[in-house]
Amino acid sequence: MPIRPLALLPALALMLAGPLQAAPDPTDWNAVLDEARGQTVYWYAWAGEERTNDYIQWTADRVAEDFDIELVHVKLSDTAEAVSRVLAEKQAGNDDRGNVDMIWINGENFATMKANDLLFGPWSEQLPHYPLTDPENTPAVRYDWTIPVDGLESPWSSSQVVFYYDTALVDAHPRSMTELLDWAHDNPGEFTYARVPNFLGNAFITQALLELAEESEILYANMQEADFDEITAPLWAFLDELHPLLWRGGRAFPANSSELRRLMGDSEISLALSFSTTEASGAIANLELPDSVRSYVHDHGMIGNMSFMAIPYNAQHKAGAMVVANFLLSPEAQAHKQDPRVWGSNTVLSVETLDEADRARFDGIDLGIATLSPDELGEVLGQPHPTWVDALAEAWQARYVGR
Amino acid sequence: MTDPCLELDLIFDKVHIALHGRTLLALDARIAPGEVLTVMGPSGSGKSTLLAFTAGFLATTFEATGQVRLAERDITALPAERRGIGLLFQDPLLFPHLSVAGNLRFGLPSATPDKAARVEAALSAIGLAGFGERDPSTLSGGQQARVALMRLLLSAPSAVLLDEPFSKLDTALRHEMRELVFDRLREAGLPSLLVTHDHADAAAAGGRIITLE
Amino acid sequence: MLRLAPWLIISLLVGPILAGLAMAVLPAFGYLPALGGEAASLAPWQALFAQPGLARSVAISFASGLVTTAISLAVVLLFLAGASGSRLDRWIRRMISPLLSIPHAAAAFGLAFLIAPSGLLARLVSPELTGWERPPDALVVNDPWGLALMAGLIIKEIPFLLLMSLAALHQLDAERRVAMARSLGYRPAIAWLKVVVPSLYPLIRLPVFAVIAYASSVVDVAMILGPTLPPTLAVSILTWFNDPDLSRRFMASAGALLQFGVTAAALASWWGLECLVRRLGRGWVTGGQRRRGERVLRLAGKALILLAAGTALVGIAGLALNSLAGFWRFPDALPQAFTWQHWQRALPSLGGPVTATLMIATVSTLLALGLSLAALENEQRSGRHPAQGRLTSALTLLYLPLIVPQIAFLFGLVVVMEALGTRPTTWLVIFGHLLFVLPYVFLSLSEAYRRFDPRWTRVALTLGATPNGAFWRVRLPMLLAPLLTAMAVGLAVSIGQYLPTLLLGAGRVTTVTTEAVALAAGGNRRLIGVWALVQASLPLVGFLIAVGLPRLLWSNRRGMRGTP
Repeated sequence: MPIRPLALLPALALMLAGPLQAAPDPTDWNAVLDEARGQTVYWYAWAGEERTNDYIQWTADRVAEDFDIELVHVKLSDTAEAVSRVLAEKQAGNDDRGNVDMIWINGENFATMKANDLLFGPWSEQLPHYPLTDPENTPAVRYDWTIPVDGLESPWSSSQVVFYYDTALVDAHPRSMTELLDWAHDNPGEFTYARVPNFLGNAFITQALLELAEESEILYANMQEADFDEITAPLWAFLDELHPLLWRGGRAFPANSSELRRLMGDSEISLALSFSTTEASGAIANLELPDSVRSYVHDHGMIGNMSFMAIPYNAQHKAGAMVVANFLLSPEAQAHKQDPRVWGSNTVLSVETLDEADRARFDGIDLGIATLSPDELGEVLGQPHPTWVDALAEAWQARYVGR
Repeated sequence: MTDPCLELDLIFDKVHIALHGRTLLALDARIAPGEVLTVMGPSGSGKSTLLAFTAGFLATTFEATGQVRLAERDITALPAERRGIGLLFQDPLLFPHLSVAGNLRFGLPSATPDKAARVEAALSAIGLAGFGERDPSTLSGGQQARVALMRLLLSAPSAVLLDEPFSKLDTALRHEMRELVFDRLREAGLPSLLVTHDHADAAAAGGRIITLE
Repeated sequence: MLRLAPWLIISLLVGPILAGLAMAVLPAFGYLPALGGEAASLAPWQALFAQPGLARSVAISFASGLVTTAISLAVVLLFLAGASGSRLDRWIRRMISPLLSIPHAAAAFGLAFLIAPSGLLARLVSPELTGWERPPDALVVNDPWGLALMAGLIIKEIPFLLLMSLAALHQLDAERRVAMARSLGYRPAIAWLKVVVPSLYPLIRLPVFAVIAYASSVVDVAMILGPTLPPTLAVSILTWFNDPDLSRRFMASAGALLQFGVTAAALASWWGLECLVRRLGRGWVTGGQRRRGERVLRLAGKALILLAAGTALVGIAGLALNSLAGFWRFPDALPQAFTWQHWQRALPSLGGPVTATLMIATVSTLLALGLSLAALENEQRSGRHPAQGRLTSALTLLYLPLIVPQIAFLFGLVVVMEALGTRPTTWLVIFGHLLFVLPYVFLSLSEAYRRFDPRWTRVALTLGATPNGAFWRVRLPMLLAPLLTAMAVGLAVSIGQYLPTLLLGAGRVTTVTTEAVALAAGGNRRLIGVWALVQASLPLVGFLIAVGLPRLLWSNRRGMRGTP
């Protein structure tokens, strides 16, 4: 039994580390601010987009200035890495000296953490800026992929899937999944989506299922094994027909949204999708896409969701994390984020209910040439329950990987 | 107090060197100050083994018995740098990364006062005054050999080993260098051991000759 | 102190690898109490074999190990046989260091942009020659057979094997052998293959094994160029280890063991091939045939190496072009406009990773250099010279980190560190880099150190210098050039490390390589161009110093030009 002594070591280390510190209380905000001063907050956040990283860097500069907090962006290629780290720490008995102070999170990862009691809280509803989201009238900030948030995460960004296409190459874009299939028959090799289980790939197959399934309500509750085959049959029929018509005949898929965008920039494809309504405008400004690219949505409505900040139960700098999360909810930070020249990620604040000065911050933003207006974006479809998305991703891989 | 001459002798006392049980050489000899003992023999006869043993570089695979004594001191077990034995190789082996003066300074013991003057005097003595800052590789073969000899003398050894020091020089230079080297060694009163296969070397050394098989 | 050096090196290298492997074996059979695995079981293996596309992942990893090595070795041998003494020979020899210093990831990016259907090559000939107004729908990069992956690896392994061969050739006196064979009527290239290769191969055998192991288990290159549905085994393992579902770690550990097995199988197959080639070759060598094929051999030797070196260099040039490109529509051969925008955007975020990279590389290289010098000096003073190229020598263990797949033991090592409560720090990363820097520094230094004429030290000692004095005042300055080269190699190896940095730094330690590979996921070529260029230029600076500093210092010392 060679690893028994090793297994005891962390417990020993913890005993030597001293007594537990009381968790900060967000209702006493001044105490939180005091405690946060001088803390170093490790923010584990997906880092696949340079504009996101730049925005996080801007946040780091601002919180250093205003709150004397050192914010460190720990760059992830997959948010799951942070979740697995917290889980590993819990299993190793590290309950109060965790490495992860704050995670940019939503969906399955939030569900995993909540189900495994890995989150600190409730805290988010007590943040001074939380009321600006108008929570009474905005269910999106209270449910993350149908899972009740329960004050365990603070809203950050809202996003919606949009398609974009090159008007120089495509005359009339499809307006539904069925039309997309017809269009692909006419234009083989001109479209593809991100490889499942990347979130954009998951979003595409989920969107397809929402459009194609006979009834979609069932997708918003915990999945029952018995329903799966029947409900998803139209999806597989659709994908089986679509894949040979995709870029590279469906034998390879781009890894994520930015690789998809690059294929578009290289004219390898002429139709793509994104989880950011301003992606096309931002990429045009960034010289990655031609200025003939425009966005569109399906008539059925498009999947949208919100992403959040969560604090692990064992985070070492909870007060600092709360202060950062509250700053991220401020009209200043939210408006800066929405500017396509900065990032172009939609605000979670209820802009109409803001006071005039703050509303002006948002009104002044030029959304860009290829961004749809809020009316044009149409209906937002909610994210199905994570169990469905998980099962879909797994079934997709079993069906299409290694054939 | 013993006879001062006796005191400075280099003595090989029943030296016997073998490899894997096979005898390579046996030597019992005494070299007086200013004397040059010549050891001759064909290649493979153990000449270089004898030098390595005396200077302190013999590989541990050899089995050696007997003593080497220098100035009444048993040096058999001493590390090379504390034996007080200088070596002159076939090649001048001037350190290529140092200047001519740097090479000479390398020879001087660290406590020597006024090194610069000593080095300058040494250069004049071998007819190379003003050559101090030169790159050694720009010197002629004869000049390099002279610097090597002077470097050896400056290190103030108590005895000198010569490993075919003239074999790589051309005929004219060889004659000149033989004279210079042996004169200097006699002048300094150092017991010297010359290893060679050239009879002219042995003749010029003018001492006893031992032939190894 | 000095006498401890070899043992310190061996335990530094072997200890972590064995510990890491042990911590892969236990979870692979269901035992890891920290994650709730209390009893031995075969469940991880069952889960592993149920993974979609596993057989294909394994096959590609295995094939990549053998094919990459066979082609790289063939190109190197043909080049040495067919081009020695030519102008190309001198040019290639000068290019080895820069080519070697290009990190694998950067070379892979360069190749990807070169050969993609919308890449530089297609743009240069389109639409004039091809008629392509749009990129052809051809699966060139990330192809399911792993051909692009193998090509990317071959480009990088050729300079490595070439360097190792050139070092070994010093011991063989190849010119005299060839001259002898030519006097018997053999044409030069044939002569080289018949009289030099049989003696050369045993000397470069361990480096060849290292190439097999590397090519069958590489992660970063496979992420960039390799197949995706499914990816290679090593890339799949990485995904499983990072899965939020921690129970997958058991399966991932089983995968790590499988990777170990795949690499071992590739090595064993190579060994079998060796036997076969030796049998077939014996008849050919003594068959008396001395002319036929000479022209083809010479041509192939030159053309293939030119192709490999050219591809790497043009690939890097393509990256440079990308980093300055405005919008660049297919099939334009050049961007519509050039801009500094991408550099300006990246500049603020470059500082941290560049500093971290240089710090980690410098510290690990200096540690490796100190240990290597201590071990080599000990070897000189004790008079023990290990036989070169012999598999039985204790220092053969130096190759262990190069032959055991990184992914097979690094995760186990992370588990050990977690169990010990060690927090991920820069020091842990430095330690991880040392595992890979040390062997390369030692191997690159030992050649020069052991060839150093022992008479220099003897002269110094007989002039009264102490052994330490002789070391500092004679041996070290005279070996400055190989010393700096070894340092440059060490820096390059450290700068290129991806997996150890990622795992032991737990994502908190970011270097230019982790950043560049993370951005590869992003697919923004302009940004990748910026980062890959930075990544490639850092080790190049090391090599430039290694070449330039001795020239500067010894500008007035003719005897110090060329290695002593």
